[in-house]
Amino acid sequence: MDWFFQQLINGLGLGAIYALIALGYTMVYGVLRFINFAHSDVLMLGAFTAFYIAPKIEKLSGSQSALGCIMVFILAAAVCAIIGMLIERLAYRPLRNRPKLTVLITAIGVSLLIEFTAQNEKVFGAAPQPFPQLLPEHALHWGALVVSSNDVLTVSVTTVLLVAMWWIVQKTRIGTAMRAVSYNQQAAYLMGVPVDRIISFTFGLGSALAAIAGVLYAIKAPGIEPLMGVQPGLRAFVAAVLGGIGNLPGAVLGGVLLGLLETFAGGISGLSNYRDAIAFGILILILLLKPAGLLGRSSVEKV
Amino acid sequence: MKPTRLIFATAAFALSMLGLAGCKSGGGNTIKVGEFASLTGKEATFGTSSHEGTLLAFEEVNAAGGVLGKQLELLTEDDQTKAGEPANAVNKLISKDGVVSILGEVASSRSLEAAPICQQNKIPMISPASTNPTVTQEGDYVFRVCFTDTFQGAALANFASGTLKAHKVAVLTDVKSDYSKGLAKSFKEKYTSSGGVVGIELDFNGGDKDFKGQLTAIKSDAPDAIFLPGYYNDVALICIQAKQLGMNIPIFGGDGWESESLLSIGKEAMEGHYFSTHCSPDQGTPEMVRFVESYKKRFSGKFPDAMAVLGYDSARVLIDAIKRANTTESAALRAAIASTKDFSGASGKITLNANRDAMKALVFIRINAGKFTYHTTVNP
Repeated sequence: MDWFFQQLINGLGLGAIYALIALGYTMVYGVLRFINFAHSDVLMLGAFTAFYIAPKIEKLSGSQSALGCIMVFILAAAVCAIIGMLIERLAYRPLRNRPKLTVLITAIGVSLLIEFTAQNEKVFGAAPQPFPQLLPEHALHWGALVVSSNDVLTVSVTTVLLVAMWWIVQKTRIGTAMRAVSYNQQAAYLMGVPVDRIISFTFGLGSALAAIAGVLYAIKAPGIEPLMGVQPGLRAFVAAVLGGIGNLPGAVLGGVLLGLLETFAGGISGLSNYRDAIAFGILILILLLKPAGLLGRSSVEKV
Repeated sequence: MKPTRLIFATAAFALSMLGLAGCKSGGGNTIKVGEFASLTGKEATFGTSSHEGTLLAFEEVNAAGGVLGKQLELLTEDDQTKAGEPANAVNKLISKDGVVSILGEVASSRSLEAAPICQQNKIPMISPASTNPTVTQEGDYVFRVCFTDTFQGAALANFASGTLKAHKVAVLTDVKSDYSKGLAKSFKEKYTSSGGVVGIELDFNGGDKDFKGQLTAIKSDAPDAIFLPGYYNDVALICIQAKQLGMNIPIFGGDGWESESLLSIGKEAMEGHYFSTHCSPDQGTPEMVRFVESYKKRFSGKFPDAMAVLGYDSARVLIDAIKRANTTESAALRAAIASTKDFSGASGKITLNANRDAMKALVFIRINAGKFTYHTTVNP
């Protein structure tokens, strides 16, 4: 039984990161109805921002302090929010009134551009870099179970951010505007909603989430490289679809579910080889039964 | 078409053919040798090290006047640690650059991609450090200057039962890598035949970042040690996560562990683990001492690892063979490489057997106080 609960904890720790990335995907989709494929690369940029500023912050705040760690998170999120807004301004906004496919392909292009620029030796280089330890790490024992303090951090950060995102979208003025843009962009514009600014804000918020996920991912696996975002990005995209794309709690549910599936499959002899196949197979099953995802409402897409 | 244009076009065509012909004959004053290596990407330290070793060998020979009265020219292609790229690189080196031989790669999967191409074109290929037995089985033009995993797997099995006194070992394999799967197979054969019990066997995908699912299952199986035939990036993350789960059993693996990145990423999680490799810079033979000195001088104080030593040896075995063959004609060069006997390489004496594999000793390294420390030598 210990084995089962330990896997549950491992799966939650991994799923929480997927959930955080999926939140960003789903927010942008909710407002713009398009998948921002560069999201996983913003995650990587977040990890590298933290990698470069952490030693400087350490000098100010002392080694592995909570304050320093929070500052690293905030700075990485801020830098990536700006990058996200820039990507939207330069690559997506000029194409806003073109067919959706054009923007989608541009997003793939932006993603590849970032990945391969970053792999250049004069930028980050392709070899993995050792990510510094931001916080002292503890193992919390509970009977035979071990919980890493990093996993506790990941799960709590994800929970707090989910609540915060829900609050922003549902309870604030800007959130109301976001929902209006999502519902009908043209009508919102005619009602005086500054559509450009709202979309910019959504990208900034989504990219900040990606940056935080990137730093958490780098803490979990402290070897960071320019392609580190690809695998979790793909899984988070799947998680967002699984939960019902455009739906915030759905993204988190999907992320946690995918993390659990992957962890349990990884721990079974003979199946560990197929852990992605199992996770994605179950996704196909769920989508066959509920095409709009677990928490999504089905709607007819206007073409 | 106006006549003047026609003349121009014909002239241009003729000129370009002349140019091509010039390329093909490989004339001029240099002997071209091709190299493919993972200079960037996930296993960049492998390629960088072996390339630096190879480059040093070429520079030394050229400084001493070259071979057959000609200078050697090393043409290096980066395969970016990506499947598919070695084939492109080697095709280009052979058909466009017209090289007389190919040196590379460290990783077996990528050598296996290039080997059939070299065999088909009858261009001798020497791999510095690919240990999977199937690499040289691709044909009689494919060689290596290192031992095979049949030998390494057996040595690791003896190490597990002898030095570690492990009665039950869990095996964690990288399903993406031919090297990992081959080494796991030969380890298991020897270990079970000498009375050991292979416990739980799990897989991962090279490049994964979360291994806690597998490690938790291993923990509940309670083995005495974990055999982890993987490459250094994955190994470092696996050791970190094993430590997080409170596992104190030794983890051991093969020569894929050898990289400075193992220590810089894994840090204290690597303490007390073991791996086998080709040679240790501390082994103190005169050839090794001389190599370490000139390598440090050439690459601003950098300390060489086993891949650098093997890169150097692969180039020197080739150069020695060109000298003995007294030509770069492919059949004669192939025969000269095949008859390499008691060549004193920096990593040790190199003799190629009938399977075109080197018969060489192996060393065990223990990670101690953040350093690779020499543990024992195993002779073939």
